[in-house]
Amino acid sequence: MSSVPADVTLPTPESVLSEHSIEEIDEWLTRYPDDQKQSAVLAALSVAQHQNLGWLSTELMDAVAAKLEMAPIAVYEVASFYSMFETKPVGKHCVAICTNISCMLMGSDTIVEHVENKFGIKLGDSTSDGKIYLKVEEECLAACSGGPMMQVDHVYHTQLTPQKVDEILDALD
Amino acid sequence: MSDDTTIQITVDGTPLTAQRGQMLIEVTDAAGIDVPRFCYHKKLSVAANCRMCLVEVEKAPKPLPACATPVMPDMVVHTASKLARAAQKGTMEFLLINHPLDCPICDQGGECELQDVAMGYGGGASQYTEGKRVVFDKYIGPLIATEMTRCIHCTRCVRFGEEIAGIRELGATGRGENVRIGTYIEKSVVSEVSGNVIDICPVGALTARPSRYTARSWELSQQPSVSPHDSVGSNVFVHLDGTTINRVVPRENESINEVWIADRDRFSYQGLTNSDRLQTPMVRVDGELQACDWSTALAAAADHVRRQDLGVLVSPNVTLEELYLSQKLGRALGTNNIDHRLGQLDFTAQDAAPVMPWLGMQLNDLETLDAALLIGSNIRKDQPIAALRLRKSALKGAAISFINPKRFGLHFDACENIATRYDHMVSELLCVAMACGADVSAMADMPSTDANERHQRIADSLNNGERAAVFLGNISVQHPSYSQLQYLAVAIARKTGATLGMLPERANTAGAWLAGAVPHRVAGGKKSSTEGLNAHAMLEAPLAAYLLVGCELEFDAANPAQALSSLKGASSVVAISSYMSDSLREHADVILPSATFTETFGTYVNATGNWQSARGVTAPPGDARPAWKIFRVLADELEIDGFTYDSPEAVTKELQGQCGDVQLTNMIQFDSVKAFEAPSTAALLRAGETPIYATDPIVRRSQPLQKSLDGKQAFAFMADAELQKLSLKDGDVVQIKQNGSAVSLPSKLDNDIPLGCVWVPTGLPETAALGELFGEIEVSRA
Repeated sequence: MSSVPADVTLPTPESVLSEHSIEEIDEWLTRYPDDQKQSAVLAALSVAQHQNLGWLSTELMDAVAAKLEMAPIAVYEVASFYSMFETKPVGKHCVAICTNISCMLMGSDTIVEHVENKFGIKLGDSTSDGKIYLKVEEECLAACSGGPMMQVDHVYHTQLTPQKVDEILDALD
Repeated sequence: MSDDTTIQITVDGTPLTAQRGQMLIEVTDAAGIDVPRFCYHKKLSVAANCRMCLVEVEKAPKPLPACATPVMPDMVVHTASKLARAAQKGTMEFLLINHPLDCPICDQGGECELQDVAMGYGGGASQYTEGKRVVFDKYIGPLIATEMTRCIHCTRCVRFGEEIAGIRELGATGRGENVRIGTYIEKSVVSEVSGNVIDICPVGALTARPSRYTARSWELSQQPSVSPHDSVGSNVFVHLDGTTINRVVPRENESINEVWIADRDRFSYQGLTNSDRLQTPMVRVDGELQACDWSTALAAAADHVRRQDLGVLVSPNVTLEELYLSQKLGRALGTNNIDHRLGQLDFTAQDAAPVMPWLGMQLNDLETLDAALLIGSNIRKDQPIAALRLRKSALKGAAISFINPKRFGLHFDACENIATRYDHMVSELLCVAMACGADVSAMADMPSTDANERHQRIADSLNNGERAAVFLGNISVQHPSYSQLQYLAVAIARKTGATLGMLPERANTAGAWLAGAVPHRVAGGKKSSTEGLNAHAMLEAPLAAYLLVGCELEFDAANPAQALSSLKGASSVVAISSYMSDSLREHADVILPSATFTETFGTYVNATGNWQSARGVTAPPGDARPAWKIFRVLADELEIDGFTYDSPEAVTKELQGQCGDVQLTNMIQFDSVKAFEAPSTAALLRAGETPIYATDPIVRRSQPLQKSLDGKQAFAFMADAELQKLSLKDGDVVQIKQNGSAVSLPSKLDNDIPLGCVWVPTGLPETAALGELFGEIEVSRA
């Protein structure tokens, strides 16, 4: 049973999602039964976000809704719930410093302060040149033995010091 | 119930009998034991997210939510023990952490579940002194006002959308403290039953926009009434602020509307106080309508209707009593030219027609069908509450199919949803009939067509379904080949054993047939000694005089352009009407202002043949009078006997006496079927419907309904390919020519319209100059 509002016109997936994105989503869809396409919503949103410099526009979410035969609001719910999805434009490089208990004990506060001062922005903001996004990390990233740590564009960096952070971030293009 | 499903439990020391599988809260509710709750609603799924209904269950280590705890044999429950009360008090304190203390300016104040439960179960003060959360509101349409800071996230509205309305429009976005209920993006909700979220919202987050800030609930008095907008006959309460109507809410009736009403039922009252309301009688003097007193108007009206060659046209939305008196007066004046079937074109089968068109079953039977075929029906917009019931069958796996001139948006998955040019509907249905193996010998002149797998699937679903039904909807009745659709529907029902049902088009269509508001039958469905002209024939060429009761022919007539020219050509037009309209302003000689449904006693006969009466709860404006009184004095003026009723109930009783032996059946025997006429295939065709908020004079004047998406229907809808063929862009203004008259409308892309057709609705001021709803048209860029 689909509960797509019958009176709502959604964009066709092909008009918004890239050929590559469609291919990837189709690949995910092969893993689920035909009548449960919504199972692929997390994967599809990741693909869509990747296509769009790290954030999901309403249009993209609508395209995912159309692709997976879901009500758009159901897609918005998922996208707004999970912290790995951004629903507003963000900087190109996603910098997430872990502030959970192990990292905090190992001095993550100093790292956060250093990075905030370095870019002149607070956690949750992006630099005005659109290069860096300081993501508020909600959860432990499961690298406690290497704390303090951060994740930059899906890559883990452990045993951070302000100097090490500078090297990593300065190397970003 | 057999013994193994019945179990005994004890609640607060009282032994109670329960059914296995029931939730505890259902048992306590049935026993009248109060358990506080917010998210639980008897018509919705169990969410158990508010935690307000925590109760103590012996041998359970902690309090359990009554809404999500199935009863077990010998369960011992305490709803008001120290443990239960402490749990409830704690929950209440948490719920109030982010809830603003703005009850004095909140519309829900005084009828608020949160307020009541906080009083009953909460503490006197909160330990929470930090800042509260604020949620910025989005506009979600002209019907529902939002104040989402007040929301406690019970998700009743979200579940209503998904489970009842079948359209997920509201959702819970965000996470943790940032969760909010809403549409996420700024958009109007479009469901035709959206207003019900106002009733189920336990706080003041969702309130009725039209009545916002106008009254406090404790100042309102409540009067029962019946909604006069569709053939469901939803039960409502009219809430009065002194002598004016403040709002309309559902009145629970499990066998009719359950606890829901459509937005049309809820917000139509806004049209009752429109500036078009007639407050004084009027007569035309030297070409100008002038206000006058009743005696002048009645004398003039009597002079006009005394003429030979009178036609009586009466709206199927007026009360049963008014329908009965209209035809009684007409027949006393010696005419059988009486009709309520204003939008109908094909009357071939009228002699074979049943006493009244009816559903063929009870409304709740719609929930347990295995298969159904709806022919020419936009049931979701035409009978929204019946559609909710049909949806329940679909969710249980019933195969529901449609044959329509457009692919209408549904709130469930159809088995087959055939959308075809209107002139192909008959052949599509014929294919289904042949796939069923039905006897269609009377249709021998039809072009032969082969049934495809879609037809076969419909036929199989009807043949195999134990409880199957075939329904004819509003569009069938307006269809130029109505009798052929009827014939085929009967043939299919007969062959497959399916029940044949009609979805009567208007609130009192069934009542109009019973009352004898047809040219060939008198009250009770008995054959009239002589047969008069039907509505279409009365308007094809001008009669000398017309008596119009509650109708607006520019919107109601099958061919508005022709109807208006006939009114123009008539020497006398007398109208009994609640509203001024353009056609009356131009053509009426006498106007007698009448009361609307909230201002007079009246009866409505719904689709199941249920006679529902409601009293007047407000006074008519100015000198307007209940129509039964107008008929009484008009008859007196005309020196006609038999109208000396001392109450409207006396009229009802008289009609009841004549309907005593009415047998309801839709399975009619056909003598002849209209020959098939195919329009030229090259022609561009007009198709359309009467949109949901254009069905009667009251809703046409309800501003909130007109401002909603369903109220904005003045477009030439067409598919992408059609736009391209005409070299148009979506939104271009086009000129539409039909039988010599022309109107300009913006085009609108709608790929649910079959190729070769342009969808131009009727019942709208913008299309009133056009002709028949179905026919050849020319479309060009304006």
